[in-house]
Amino acid sequence: MIEIQDLTKYYGPTLAIWRLNFEIADGEIVGFLGPNAAGKTTTLKILAGYMPPTSGTATINGYDCLTQPLEVRRSLGYLPENVPLYRDLEVSQFLSFAAQAKGVDSRKQKIEIDRVLADCGLENVRHTLISSLSKGYRQRLGLAQALLNRPPLLILDEPTIGLDPTQIVEIRQLIKELAGEHTVFLSSHILPEVSQLCQRVIIINRGQIVASDTPANLTRELGESSRLAMVIKGSEDKIVATLKALSGIKGVTARGNGYYLLEVEKGQELRPTLARQVVQAGWELLELKAQEFTLEDVFLNLVTEESEAEDKAA
Amino acid sequence: MSGCLAVWRKELVVYFSTPIFYLTGTFFLLLGGYFFFSNVAYYNLLSFQASQNPYLASQLNALQMVFRPLFGTLAVVFLFMVPLVTMRLFAEEKRAGTAELLFTYPLTDWGVILGKFLAALLIYGVLLAITLIYALLMAWITTLDWGQIFTGYLGLFLLGAAFLALGIFSSTLTENQIIAAVISFGLLLLFWVIGWYEELGPSGWQGFFKYISLMSHFETFSRGIIDTRDLLYYFIFIYFFLFLTKRQLESRRWRG
Repeated sequence: MIEIQDLTKYYGPTLAIWRLNFEIADGEIVGFLGPNAAGKTTTLKILAGYMPPTSGTATINGYDCLTQPLEVRRSLGYLPENVPLYRDLEVSQFLSFAAQAKGVDSRKQKIEIDRVLADCGLENVRHTLISSLSKGYRQRLGLAQALLNRPPLLILDEPTIGLDPTQIVEIRQLIKELAGEHTVFLSSHILPEVSQLCQRVIIINRGQIVASDTPANLTRELGESSRLAMVIKGSEDKIVATLKALSGIKGVTARGNGYYLLEVEKGQELRPTLARQVVQAGWELLELKAQEFTLEDVFLNLVTEESEAEDKAA
Repeated sequence: MSGCLAVWRKELVVYFSTPIFYLTGTFFLLLGGYFFFSNVAYYNLLSFQASQNPYLASQLNALQMVFRPLFGTLAVVFLFMVPLVTMRLFAEEKRAGTAELLFTYPLTDWGVILGKFLAALLIYGVLLAITLIYALLMAWITTLDWGQIFTGYLGLFLLGAAFLALGIFSSTLTENQIIAAVISFGLLLLFWVIGWYEELGPSGWQGFFKYISLMSHFETFSRGIIDTRDLLYYFIFIYFFLFLTKRQLESRRWRG
């Protein structure tokens, strides 16, 4: 569905993205993850044919985003960042403009508009002026216009930003329901969202792809070591020294208030040894538990590894 | 050309649901009515004097005394009004970010430009058509040469279309509506007055300045003459500025 080759974009002298390469197959839901200013929106704008790349190519359905923009746009539903909408129009007026612009057959227009209104839960604001809609409704209206004419590909730039928790759950549910019919490429900087919604995650940082895999694989790869959290009452220096000396412990971090984070080699059950050690030393063991790596850790790990490596290089 | 109709309808809905159209329309009709009234009042005064002066009576002509000056003043009112009608068209799309929607829908640039141009032209045409009431009122009390009246209206229509084309181009240059209005007003005024001092221009260029002036081509229409050179001038002017608009929109693609 999407093929990106060596995609590079400079804004004047500033580099936004550098030689991105990836593919998205039909029917996939892919999350595009990265900190702010990593180049997510730039990539999506190029895909939507709104902006030209400096070099490299992006194709959607075999059509080049730069040279065949009309064909690309016909197969695309795009929700831009910050959801720009025509504030002076009513919801239904806006949707009928969008439907016409997208070439929905005039006899099917009403049915199509009713369908997206129902799908996005907008029936009760049909005749409301867009300027008086709440943020949540605007976000849903943005999604509704993207869904018109059932495009095979949906590109959603931060679809849940600025929504309250209930609305976020609703929008996520909606995106999940869309999955069967559309290929979805969505950007986000909210990690749990991506791990819930997407079959695959592409992580981008400073304009370059740092990882691309399923959420499960990404967390497993990082899980070469596992982590233990402990809460111990006692002298901090001594505790750190003693724990570090134990075999199988890769690192100990004191987080204050008696809270310690231990990195342990994978596959070793160290909890009984640790408990015994602490008690023998005369400290009080308040808590001891294993911690799972989340996508957030993967993300932080990748992003910080990158910048550390760059700092060293510099 | 695809999407022209969709954009046209959207622009009309926006025009009719925002105050700018009603405000400019109100003031345009108010001013038009005032000028019409004062021209008729002056004509009326001269008619009384003509009852003692047979020579003057032979010179009196409702078209020459009322409508020719009226067309001239309406043209000036449009000069002020058109920038207000067109300033929104592209500047607001850019400011509100809706340009990103508009240019990711499967629409061609020409479709978008013509949709907006034709919507503004319809608004303008409606306001112009309302002033036909003046002619109907005059026809009630005197006999009018309708051919000459319609020629004048054709001239006003083409002149307004040329104004609108220039205004739309100005609107693509900025995302600030006020700046767009200032640019189009400045350019329109320049094209209006550029023929005034033709004899002072550099030799060989006088004819050129006269020729590119918007006003000199309008005068023949208000005298009741349709000259193909004037028609051609307005068509070229409109095409030229719509073409510049298209180039300006395209520049987004290579400038990034």
